[in-house]
Parts: sequence; C-alpha cells; structure tokens
Amino acid sequence: MTYLLRRLATFPLVLLGVSILVFVAIRMVPGDSITAMLGTEAGLLTPAQRDSLAAYFGIDQPWFVQYWRWIGGILHGNFGISVTYGRPVLDVILERFPLTLELAVLSMIIALLVGMPAGIYAATHNEKLSDLGVRVAAMIGQSTPSFVLGLLIIYTLSAGFGVLPAMGEFAPLWQDPLRNLSQLILPAITLGFAFAASVTRIARSAMLDVLSDDYVRTARSKGASARSVIWRHALPNALIPVVTLSGIEFGYLLGGAVIVEQIYALPGLGRMVLDAILQRDYALVQGTVLFIAFNFMIVNLLVDLAYVALDPRIRLGEQ
Amino acid sequence: MVRHLTRTLLSGITLAAMLGIATVSTQAATLHMAWSQDATGLDPHKQTAFSSLRLLELIYEPLVRVDASLQIIPAIATSWEFSKDGKELTFKLDPKAKFQDGAAVTSADVKASFERILDEKTGAAARANFLSIASIDTPDAATVVFHLSQPDVPILTAMSDVNAAIVPAAEIKAGSIGTKTVGSGPFKLDKWDPNAKEVLSANKNWAGGATGVDGIEISVLPDEAAILAAMRTKQIDFALLNDPLVATLVPKEANLQLNRVPVLAYNVLQLNPSRKPMTELKVRQAISCAIDRQEVLDTAALGEGKVTGPLTIPAFATDPSQLFCYKRDVEKAKKLMAEAGFADGFSATVIGATGEPPTAAAEAQVIQSQLAEIGVKLDIKMMELNVYVDAWLKGDFDMAIALNGGRADPYTMYNRYWTKAGNLQKVANYIDDTLDSQMQQGRAETDPAKRKAIFAAFEKHLAEMSPWIWLYTSYSYTAQQKNIARFVPTPTGTLFSLSKVTIKQ
Repeated sequence: MTYLLRRLATFPLVLLGVSILVFVAIRMVPGDSITAMLGTEAGLLTPAQRDSLAAYFGIDQPWFVQYWRWIGGILHGNFGISVTYGRPVLDVILERFPLTLELAVLSMIIALLVGMPAGIYAATHNEKLSDLGVRVAAMIGQSTPSFVLGLLIIYTLSAGFGVLPAMGEFAPLWQDPLRNLSQLILPAITLGFAFAASVTRIARSAMLDVLSDDYVRTARSKGASARSVIWRHALPNALIPVVTLSGIEFGYLLGGAVIVEQIYALPGLGRMVLDAILQRDYALVQGTVLFIAFNFMIVNLLVDLAYVALDPRIRLGEQ
Repeated sequence: MVRHLTRTLLSGITLAAMLGIATVSTQAATLHMAWSQDATGLDPHKQTAFSSLRLLELIYEPLVRVDASLQIIPAIATSWEFSKDGKELTFKLDPKAKFQDGAAVTSADVKASFERILDEKTGAAARANFLSIASIDTPDAATVVFHLSQPDVPILTAMSDVNAAIVPAAEIKAGSIGTKTVGSGPFKLDKWDPNAKEVLSANKNWAGGATGVDGIEISVLPDEAAILAAMRTKQIDFALLNDPLVATLVPKEANLQLNRVPVLAYNVLQLNPSRKPMTELKVRQAISCAIDRQEVLDTAALGEGKVTGPLTIPAFATDPSQLFCYKRDVEKAKKLMAEAGFADGFSATVIGATGEPPTAAAEAQVIQSQLAEIGVKLDIKMMELNVYVDAWLKGDFDMAIALNGGRADPYTMYNRYWTKAGNLQKVANYIDDTLDSQMQQGRAETDPAKRKAIFAAFEKHLAEMSPWIWLYTSYSYTAQQKNIARFVPTPTGTLFSLSKVTIKQ
C-alpha cells in the first residue's frame, strides 16, 4: 500500500517534466500554427495580419507566459482548446481514446494467443527442426515493418477478393459491435503480428531458462508429468519477462499506432497527434502527450503489481 | 481452373461475411468521396490549403467563378462591367441567390465580406489581391460598385477565388465565420470531424438549381494506396489523388476511370539569386542549360505532365521550346560556368518538402545528377512541410524544389514574386526594372491581345534571367467509379462540378 502511494506521489512530478519537455520540443520545431494553416501564402500577410493571427492561435505571448497559462488551465481541469477541432482538447482525446485502447487490447490478445504457445512449444522442442521453424517465423514477424504487412493485407483483400473493411468512419464497439470488429481485426492482426513475434522469442528464452532450474528438475524427479512441469511449475515463473514486455508494448500502443492507424484510416490517438503536430495544434499535442504519459505510468504500475501476483517472493518497495 | 475460381470466389464470400463488409455500392443519392489530406479550417477568407479550398467552394460562392477553360462566368453576380478608365467595377447580383439559412444575398453582404478581407485583423492572405479597392458602394440591394485606386484588370479573376467568398454580414457581425458555415453554395456542411470525415447535404436554396446528389460524404484516408483499394471494393465513388504512382494504377481497374487535367501549379527549382554564386547571371543560366526538364519529368513523375515555362495558363502560355536553354546544352552550361569563374563548379544545398509534392525527392535526385555534370555538387535536404515553409518564407536556402500554386491570371499569379512591391520578394530575391514594368503594364491593360503580348515578353525575360528554373506542370487527378457522370475536371483543381454530378444506378 505504501509502495502504491509512493508511486502515485511521483506521478505529478513526472507529468510536470513531460509537460515541460513537450511544450519546449514542439515550439523548437520551425514553423508555427500560422504557416501550418497558410503554407507559403503566409508570406502575403502584413505584420498586423500576422499579429492578429498569432493572437488567435495563442502564440502571441512569450513562451513562459504561454506555459504558465496552459499549466494553470490544467490545474483547473482545462487542457485548452484545439484550434483544429475548435473544441476542448480533453473532449477530443477522450473521443479518440476508446479506439486506441480497443486496438491495443485486441492486438495484445492476438499476440499473447499466438506468441505464448509458440514460445513454449519452441522451448520444449529446443534445437529441433520445429524450434528452428518457430524461431525463423518469429524473426520474420519481428523484421516485417507494419506498413508493409498492412498494405499487403489491404492489397490482397481488395485486389484478390474485392473486399475491405469499411474505412474512414469508425463504428464504436457499443454502437455496432460487428462492424467495429470488422474494422479493427485487420489492424489488430497487423500490429499483433510483430508483437506476437517478440512474445514468442521472450517466452521461448524465459521458458528455456526456467526449465533448466533446480526446482523443475526436482519436480521431474518427483514424477510430475511433462504437462504439469510446464504448465504448473515452469510457466508462472517464465511469465515475468513476458509481462514486462507486454506492459511496455501495451503502454506504447496506448500512445496510438500511428502507421497502422494511418494505413487503415482509423481515427485513433496516434493519427490525431501526428496531424496535430503537422498542423502545429500546440494545445492538442501537449494535452495528448500528457495523456499518453499518464497512461504509460498507470500501465507500468500495473505491471509492477502483477509481478507480486505472479511471484510471491517479490516484495515491491523493499530495499 | 474452374475449381480454383470457385475456391477463390468462396474464399472471398467467406471473408466478406467474416468482415461484415458490403461489397455493393452504397446509397445512390450520396456520393462517397475520399482524399488523403483534409481541410484545415472553415473560414473561406483565411484558408489556403488545397483541400480546404476544395471543400469550401462547395459551401460558399464568390461573385464570379472561372470555368474549365478559365473564362469568367457568373456565380453570385449575374453580370459585371469595368468603367472605361478601368477604375470602377460594377456587379449586378443574382436576385435568386440565397444563403443556406434562407436569407437573400445582398450588396450589403458583398460589401461586408470585402471589408472583412481588407481588415488586417482578419488575417486574410488574399487581401494582397484586393489592395486597389478604395471604396465600395451599394446603390441598391442588387448592385455593388467597387471603386479602384488604379486600373486593376486581374482583380476580377482574384474575385473568382473562394478566398473572396461572400459570407453573410450578420455572421461577420456575430464573429461566427469559421465556426458556423452559412454560404450560398450548392451544399451545406452538416458535420466536420477533422482529419476523419465531412458530411455535406444539398442546399435546397441554391440559386444554381438542384444538385445531382443528395449529399457528399468525404472520408479522409491518408494513404492513397488505401484509397485505391477502397475504390476497388466500391466503398468510395470518387477520390482526389496526388501521387502519380497511384494515379497511373487507376486505368488498370475495369470499374474505375481516371480524370486528369494539366494544372496551373508548376514544379520549379528555385535558385536564390541573393546567395553566391547564384548572384551571377551566367551561373543561373548555366544551371538552366544543364537541366534536362523532360528527363526530370519522365523520371520523377513518370512523364505525367508537360514541360513548362513560367506561364502555365493555357491562354497565356507560349511554346516552351522557344525559351532560353529549354533544350539541354551541357557544353554551353560549362562555358557559362567558366565565364562566371566557376569552371570547377561549386557546392550548394537544395531543400525540398517530404511528400509535398510526392515527387520532390525524386526531382531533387535527378537534378543533383544532372548538375553534377557541370561540377555543381548538390546536397539534398528533405524537410517536413512546415519546416520547409518556414525556411522558404525566410528565403533561407540556396536552391529549393517547390510546387507553387498557379492562378488564372498571370498578374495575380506572379505579382507576389516579380514586382518591386511583391510580398514574396524576399523569397524570390530577384527583380529588375523590366520585369516590374511588364507586370504593371499587364495589370492595367484591358485589351486581351496586348496583355498576352506583354506577358509573353515577361515570360521570355524571366526565363533568360533564370532566377528560377521552371520544370513542368503535372496533372490533377481524380478517380471515379464509371457510374459517376458529369464531373468536369479543371486546371484550377476545383471540385465545384460535383454539384451537378449524378450516380447512375
């Protein structure tokens, strides 16, 4: 409990650091909201016109004043207004987040359903032909860029079969579950493919480690069946690296899968933040990055807590 | 073979069922459209992005518009007339013209719209085109008189742009332009989800008559290969394409039709004549002679376009082969370099925007290899668009690969660069008395034949001075299902004819 409170107490400090980083980083990039909106036509503006637009976009004040205003707003629950959407930043983020969360969960399920059995299978058939096959497949999975796989899937389906999931408008899960699943399954497979490969490799090596431990040998010598040795004795301990990997990967996915969202035209967080950067929608970029950082911290905390559940020997917060 | 086909068919049906996909066309009355870049805002006086203009011209109307042959035709105004001294321009408004809220479009709305554009607080980039307006009179509700400080023939063409759209005076007063869209155009905007979707419905009050479809749904699909895939499966009826690589695949699809038309925008290698050694006329001319424009076009854009001089407007364009060094001459280029004192060449950096245009990097590479033959070592620096624009506006480059927009009138197109008072002189970094005087003559001249001669001389002189190396104009591409009729592609890229498009059952 103390550990949990201590971890939660660090959250504001980390978020403050992230807020400064993102605020400074986005402003260090050349160009601003005015050139993003007008492109080269911005050169036709008179100084008075430029000043007027700068005031409209909220970039007319010095950096520290802008930062102070923004942070002050956040403390009052106001993340600012997105100039692209003309709406509160938090509303826009929360509208996009369910898709990103669902996509992350689905690809995680696919990755674990494929990667765990494959890894265990390879470990229990160590150095055999089937192990080699799994390792080669995992290597291919890890080294295939998601845009290649995504485009291949889209091309094969549209050119070969004349079908494709509906693109452009997203149907939320609670409104139309079937359509929702049809829209997300291919992106989830695309994302889950590489993730499954990583899980396979980690699960295999963790399993190999555990299988050579003394307690596994003891279990075997006591006459435990091969199935029982693997599933009851070895697997729980082999899960810890998999949980670590999954936690990190899941945290990344909650930040949005930019490329996959782009290819499948999914209006998720990743695509939104990319567009916001290109359009120099400062409030939206800053708000979204803070939101992503917060999610990442929560996921990390949950992963740490999961260690305790998996291995009672681990005591969090003890020196 | 039959078994294979049956198996493929069955797999397709199974997949379709699994994915819950409709394989047949959607409602006939709604046009499903896609583009890869969305509008960036809804204020017609402020937006300059290509997609914003294409969306807004379906919602708002200017006083006049240009047709496919770039002739001025009526929009809100039914007729117009310049006074004999060219300093007064009078418009008669269409009595049937109404805003989407049912209110009539009056001369007061026209006056308020132009006053808004001219107000520096608005931040309208198009203001620069209307600085000759001294005052606006509204003798009655259907008549508007623009009093000009000097004869300004191109102002009429500038008024055909959606950046000069007429918006309701009441909405200007309420400060709601850009958040509320009330135009007098063929469609109403029902929903805009930025970077995802736009939903438009037919404006029953439109003075232009009934639209061909009940509405248009625009999806933003950032990857153009995915747009083509969605068209194959008939999810999308009509699409805007930028990438020639994708566009050239369209004719291979039996159900699809590619519309392509040469555009006014031009691909150019901008030299910076304020930086050594481009300050030397002979160096600039040597670069012009060393570049094979046709090869740049063929390699970077698959030959999709045509080599051009500075004037891309069909009514003004001259035969580019008659312009200075449009036939590659490496020996002449080397001689000019030697005369300028750069027989051993020099090093320079060329900047380009990633993906804008999609051919930018390839153009830079071809030019790099061509200029290497005269000893010019080019370092290519590709940048994100906004970073590029920032450097471009500051004139912070040796050379720049650019795709610059065209206009239907040469004065409006080039006064920003090639006049002494041009707003983008700091980007062009070159002006001489001849260019400035030719532009001023072209602005005031009302006789079309004389204007053409003035601008032909302007083009010849510009090509000879070689501050920039004009390369080629490409095509604007739209792809459509073959059951879509009555779309008319134009050199300005406007999608206005979607107002009359029909979908055959």
